[in-house]
Amino acid sequence: MNNLLTRATPYLQATPLLLILGFFLAIPILLLLVVSFWDYDFAGMYPDFVTFNYAETLGSWVTWKTYGNTLKFAAIVWAITAFLGFWVAYFLAFHVKTATMQMVLFLVCTVPFLTSNIIRMISWIPVLGRNGLVNSGLVGAGVIDQPIEWLLYSDFAVILAMVHLYTLFMVTPIFNTMMRIDKSLVEAARDAGARDWQIIWNVILPLAKPGIAIGTIFVVTLVMADFSTVQVMSGGQSASVALMMRNQMSLLQYPAAAANAIVLLVLVLSMVAGILRIVDIRKEL
Amino acid sequence: MTETTKTSGITRRNLLKSGAAAMAGAAVGSGAITGFPTIWAQNPITLRQFGTGVSNLNAIAEKCKEDLGITLEMTATDSDAAAQRAVTQPDSYDIADIEYWILKKVFPTGVIQPMDTSRLTYYDKIVPLFKTGKLLPDSVIAQGTAPHTVGFVESADSKEFAKGETGWFTMVPTIYNADTLGIRPDLVGRDITTWADIMDPAFKGKTAIINVPSIGIMDAAMIMEAMGNITYGDKGNMTTAEIDATIDFLIKAKQDGQFRAFWKSFDESVNLMSSGEVVIQSMWSPAVAAVRSKGIACKYQPLKEGYRSWGGGLGLAAHLQGAQLDAAYEYINWYTSGWVGGYLNRQGYYSAAMETAKEYMSEDEWGYWIEGKPAVGEIKAPDGTVMEKAGAVRDGGSFEERMGKVACWNSVMDEDRYMVRRWNEFIAA
Repeated sequence: MNNLLTRATPYLQATPLLLILGFFLAIPILLLLVVSFWDYDFAGMYPDFVTFNYAETLGSWVTWKTYGNTLKFAAIVWAITAFLGFWVAYFLAFHVKTATMQMVLFLVCTVPFLTSNIIRMISWIPVLGRNGLVNSGLVGAGVIDQPIEWLLYSDFAVILAMVHLYTLFMVTPIFNTMMRIDKSLVEAARDAGARDWQIIWNVILPLAKPGIAIGTIFVVTLVMADFSTVQVMSGGQSASVALMMRNQMSLLQYPAAAANAIVLLVLVLSMVAGILRIVDIRKEL
Repeated sequence: MTETTKTSGITRRNLLKSGAAAMAGAAVGSGAITGFPTIWAQNPITLRQFGTGVSNLNAIAEKCKEDLGITLEMTATDSDAAAQRAVTQPDSYDIADIEYWILKKVFPTGVIQPMDTSRLTYYDKIVPLFKTGKLLPDSVIAQGTAPHTVGFVESADSKEFAKGETGWFTMVPTIYNADTLGIRPDLVGRDITTWADIMDPAFKGKTAIINVPSIGIMDAAMIMEAMGNITYGDKGNMTTAEIDATIDFLIKAKQDGQFRAFWKSFDESVNLMSSGEVVIQSMWSPAVAAVRSKGIACKYQPLKEGYRSWGGGLGLAAHLQGAQLDAAYEYINWYTSGWVGGYLNRQGYYSAAMETAKEYMSEDEWGYWIEGKPAVGEIKAPDGTVMEKAGAVRDGGSFEERMGKVACWNSVMDEDRYMVRRWNEFIAA
């Protein structure tokens, strides 16, 4: 009896998490998978087993182009946020001397997050518009004759807004990992005659990799699933996978959107699996 | 997104309703109710109305409660959700407030019951546009889902639309308007006369169209035909070849940088116009009014090819019977009796029973909104805000000039699904 209880304990302990993940993750995804094989018209969905939702999704050049476009956003935004995130975290972890100051500056980084991200995004519009702050400033200063058109409703605007929205997701995990780096390692490297850039390249960067990997997972999944930034900042001119799904849902084509969601899920999961293969993030935990 | 408007503090749900229905039924049976209008306050009746939101106005529900004692519970949805709800949850509403192209999809499923025109007090006052398709005897019938083509059925239980006028009406028309392009007269720098002007290279990067496929495709069709690229058999029901030609044309224009943006919601179109990002675009009339109320010049430009029109009405849910049905007829008769018509006319829409609405409008209001005359005094919206100053003339002129020049109605195509797929390609291209 006692023996049985001992063996059952770990399962009992895992039960709450199992229930939560089961109800809020596994079942919804399973339903998504089931619905993606259903038939539909304007009025409803009909239980069936049809594959045309996938055939239409995968067979259309729009899907491929949209995925290409979304991956392009993900790659560019990742590169910029990783660069910025690394240096901001480096500054906080190694340049700022006192722990109090580090926490104060870190909290300053999070201040913009006290407002909704829709507001942070939309506030770019009056800045970047044809008659916006930047253009009227440049025209007024005589730098340019005509307002620059590509500042707003362009890929540039989308990437700018995404970098603004997502950089902190990179800063936080990298900062966290850097704080755990033993300062004596840096001193040892310096005693051994390493220059500053050699310390960063050979000591700090390798040790910060788990943080970069976690930040990467955040940024990549956020960008891949984004629709509002792309819709608002491109003025509806650019497409993303999530926006495509949203269009389908607003037309009540749920099975088509479900098929699309499954394809996206598979893609993002394989990207995350790839990241985890390259970097062992368990060192972080 | 669904927004529910409760119009009175008290919600009387089914328990009370069935009791009330029984009492009212008894009253009808005993011949106690003979006059019009019946005040339902003693026997509280609730009607649940859902629809696309243009005419789901609180003011109407309040006035209805005051005049008839009927409590209206209103729910606003977008048009695709409205179509779905009408079919899949027929017991969740008593009155469907939907557009005619939605009715075309919904009616054949049997969720709406036809109305007996002899019970409609103001049937004779409804403008002929909704009966014959012609506003004036010499008007040309417009393409698309024209309301009269889905307005009648042969009998009380028929599911097929009748060719001409019968005694069975599918919906009572309530609200409609003629849409065209909105422009910034101060920024376009020349006269705009045709739908083709939106493709003028001079406006490169300064135009926008609506990104709602079923409406956007119609604006595109008006543009295509105005440019002489194609002549459609029926713009409202394109063949796949016609859809391809239209979308290919849009994709090319997009890649050449003709468009600044595609808008989906009302406020987006207002912001594009008032910030000067766009100087000519698809627009709805309240959006034009909103831009103008900011003190920015904006014109709802009449074009020589005519207007793209839309219209909606009230339909009775199939499950209505007895006292509930009587109350619904009474509500509809009240709706067409003038107060609501005047209210809608003053918002810049049109009422279907114009004669009755006239009694609820001042001479100046009637002159400005309906007759196309210069305003004598200030023109105010129903909520009291000033819309136009004295001397202003409505864009496009009188009711007959505007509604008499409808080129096509919003519609649902047989190749709907194909069209939506190609439209998504255009947005992704």
